[in-house]
Amino acid sequence: MIKGVLGALVPLLAALAAFAFGAMMLVTLGASPLAGLDAMLDGAFGSGSRIAATAVKATPLILVGAGITIAFRTSVINIGGEGQIIAGALLSTVVALSFPNLPAFILVPLVLLSGAVGGGILGAVPGALKAYASVNEILSTIMLNLVMVQFMNFLLRGPLIDPFELEAGTRIPQTQRLSDNATLPTLLDGTRLHIGVPVAICAAVGAYLILWRTPTGFRLRAVGYSPEAARAAGISVKRNITLAMTLSGSLGGIAGAILVFGSEGQRMVTDGSAAGFTGSAGFNGIVAALFGGLHPLWTIPSAMLFGALLTGATQLQRVLQVPAALAVALNGIIVIFVISSTPVRGWLQRSLADSGLFNRSSDTAGMD
Amino acid sequence: MDTMGSDENILEMRGITKVFPGVVANDNVDLDVRYGEVHSLLGENGAGKSTLVKILFGLCQPDEGSIHLRGEPIAVESPAEAIASRIGMIHQHFMLVPTLTVAENVALGTQSTRRPFTDLDVVSRRVSEISEKHGLAVDPSVEVRRLAVGERQRVEIIKALYRDAELLVLDEPTAVLTPGEVDDLFVILRRMANDGRGLIFISHKLREVLTLSDRITVLRNGKVVGTTAPAETSREELAQMMVGRAVRLTPDKPLMDASAAQLKVEGLTIRGDRETVAVDDISFEVRSGEILGVAGVSGNGQRELAEAIAGLRAVEPGGSIRIAGVDVTGDDTRSRRDRGLGFIPEERMRDGAIAEFTVSENLVLVDHGAAEFTSRGMLDFGSIREHSQKLVDDFAVKTPGIDTPTSSLSGGNIQKVILARELSASPTVLLACQPTRGVDIGAAEYIHTRLIQQRSLGTATILISEDLDEVMGLADRIAVMYEGEIVAIVPSEEATRDRIGLLMAGVVEAPDQSSV
Repeated sequence: MIKGVLGALVPLLAALAAFAFGAMMLVTLGASPLAGLDAMLDGAFGSGSRIAATAVKATPLILVGAGITIAFRTSVINIGGEGQIIAGALLSTVVALSFPNLPAFILVPLVLLSGAVGGGILGAVPGALKAYASVNEILSTIMLNLVMVQFMNFLLRGPLIDPFELEAGTRIPQTQRLSDNATLPTLLDGTRLHIGVPVAICAAVGAYLILWRTPTGFRLRAVGYSPEAARAAGISVKRNITLAMTLSGSLGGIAGAILVFGSEGQRMVTDGSAAGFTGSAGFNGIVAALFGGLHPLWTIPSAMLFGALLTGATQLQRVLQVPAALAVALNGIIVIFVISSTPVRGWLQRSLADSGLFNRSSDTAGMD
Repeated sequence: MDTMGSDENILEMRGITKVFPGVVANDNVDLDVRYGEVHSLLGENGAGKSTLVKILFGLCQPDEGSIHLRGEPIAVESPAEAIASRIGMIHQHFMLVPTLTVAENVALGTQSTRRPFTDLDVVSRRVSEISEKHGLAVDPSVEVRRLAVGERQRVEIIKALYRDAELLVLDEPTAVLTPGEVDDLFVILRRMANDGRGLIFISHKLREVLTLSDRITVLRNGKVVGTTAPAETSREELAQMMVGRAVRLTPDKPLMDASAAQLKVEGLTIRGDRETVAVDDISFEVRSGEILGVAGVSGNGQRELAEAIAGLRAVEPGGSIRIAGVDVTGDDTRSRRDRGLGFIPEERMRDGAIAEFTVSENLVLVDHGAAEFTSRGMLDFGSIREHSQKLVDDFAVKTPGIDTPTSSLSGGNIQKVILARELSASPTVLLACQPTRGVDIGAAEYIHTRLIQQRSLGTATILISEDLDEVMGLADRIAVMYEGEIVAIVPSEEATRDRIGLLMAGVVEAPDQSSV
């Protein structure tokens, strides 16, 4: 019981500690921390359209985060979110370019599905390499991130470049404007709240159902906890590792499609870097998943928090005239506090147990 | 075995009581150890043996009671004080630094005669003297990591003797040893007792305790059940004292008519982890309603054989494994299980169950995808819970509930969970590896009964065990493995301990000899 309380309490305390740290930074910059908090809350939740913007920012984080929980629960460390987002975005863009005249009710699901396929392929490759050739998935996914950025740059500068850019000679690396039929429909007029938000939430719920309600998820978790016991029980460790990476990648790929077809520009653009397109959602999604305790449903509020940080930072910059980079710093500080809270939690549990206030089973273990 | 002990006590522990939250680990325990005596402490896991010697060694403090050493009352506050009082302890898990030499390990924590410089040459010389005097052959200049388990244990004993221990505590010292090493250890221990030292020997193995001890004190639930001597007691009586009720050490086996071969292994050659041949061209079959015991000293190919039968290890071309007449040599574990294979792995916590999973999840670890446990693609928790509850009741698994994490169960109960899972699938062929290793007598008895029941139901069982009593008690035929080969398959009615023991050591019989 005490474990459960600590489990929820410690990440919250870590977040509070991180905000306290952020307040100190505001003070050193000569701004009032209370005014800063006010500006951030106002920026993130101050109006309907701002809440919508926060939700839209959180969407790729929810998707990547839900994918991360599937991979991590199977004990596969997927660091390839960036590459998987890009792969999903590219494939869905190609599909939208190829079939611009399909009606929206077909094209929108089709581009989302293509995103899932693209991301899934990019997840399956390192998954299969790990399962069948013992290639470390951390290395291979990071490498594939780099490969995918260059592949995106190549495609957007060459085969997929907007023909108008060639004619005009400006050669901005972007696709032509994509079919309106592929645009994600907005749910509320006057806001940017598009259908991608409920899609992401459904995907997170789906990830939860897969992991804890289906035989497939049972096998994934069994492999994650103990590949040896899973194998002896007749569960294929190789197949399930590949599957976990495929599912994880496909959720990232959907995020990629949403980034393209939920954007105001309605085209895919590169500034040469991965973050320029993904907004680092491939990495921040990992943070959101960890902050949500590797539970797909907790990943939703966790991703909202990080989305709020991103939208709030803009307002913070506008009102207090402090650099927007402060939000990035705050983001990083939360990561550090949350991640270091795991050992703190263990230490707290042990010292509470040693104090004899709580009667835990470890007190009596090993004393036969 | 004659008793050299005088009647004078080196140690008297009186009325020792130690309460941990929720558990009385020691309840008014008395223990006397005489000079020159091997005094065994016998009891199930959790009976309070380790707590008692931890108190003696200063690792924890008693709530009540007194300790007299050589007639003087003492209060041991720490292991350092215990060592200063010439109490030595050989822990179950060795306390050695693998990268240091034997002499360096012995010198650790002692005062050099040439401070601030070391005196390892002096230490080495004394280590050599001690090892010669007590028959503890160990080279003081060798790094500990290069030593075999039995040798490491000798280093621990030398450490204690170097510190001039007069009262020596050995906590389950045989758990990690091969039968040969156990024999060597007993010679050494007897010699140390004959020198006038007092030895406390902790074990739950009845045969060892009866062989080695002068006196035996049995603990149960923290209380002393009684103190006896090997001449006055028997395995059955000791088991009864430990468990608190009559225990059948060898279960009754109904006669079965040998029928169809359900497991057939032919020309099987298997490579081990280091690519060396671990199992060399063996063939055997197990019939319906039969238990084939596989005896042998650990590391003679039994593990590789089990993994090959389970589909976890590839076999060399030419060999074949048939389950119920179907060649499964190239099949994976899943399809072998679908053919009727049940598998109780040797490493219970690594291969048998998932510690983080609940009891219920482990009970359906194999069959979670079966139609009875799913509906419309989702797990059907209603039927899974019902099935789990039934198995927990049927197999008398002691657990607070089916949603309890498996890691919080005792070893015997985890083994019952695995047994329940494997037997509930009504296996045609059951591969049981070390099914009762490290579990309490009560649980072991239960597991044996269940294996016999399964035999009556017609399952072909292959029982791989290092416990010779278990193999001899359960098996209809005993295959003895030595260096990757089956040196003989002996019908149980012709098997004697001596004969099997010789075969295990690789002494092959002349063809005509029926017994040794």
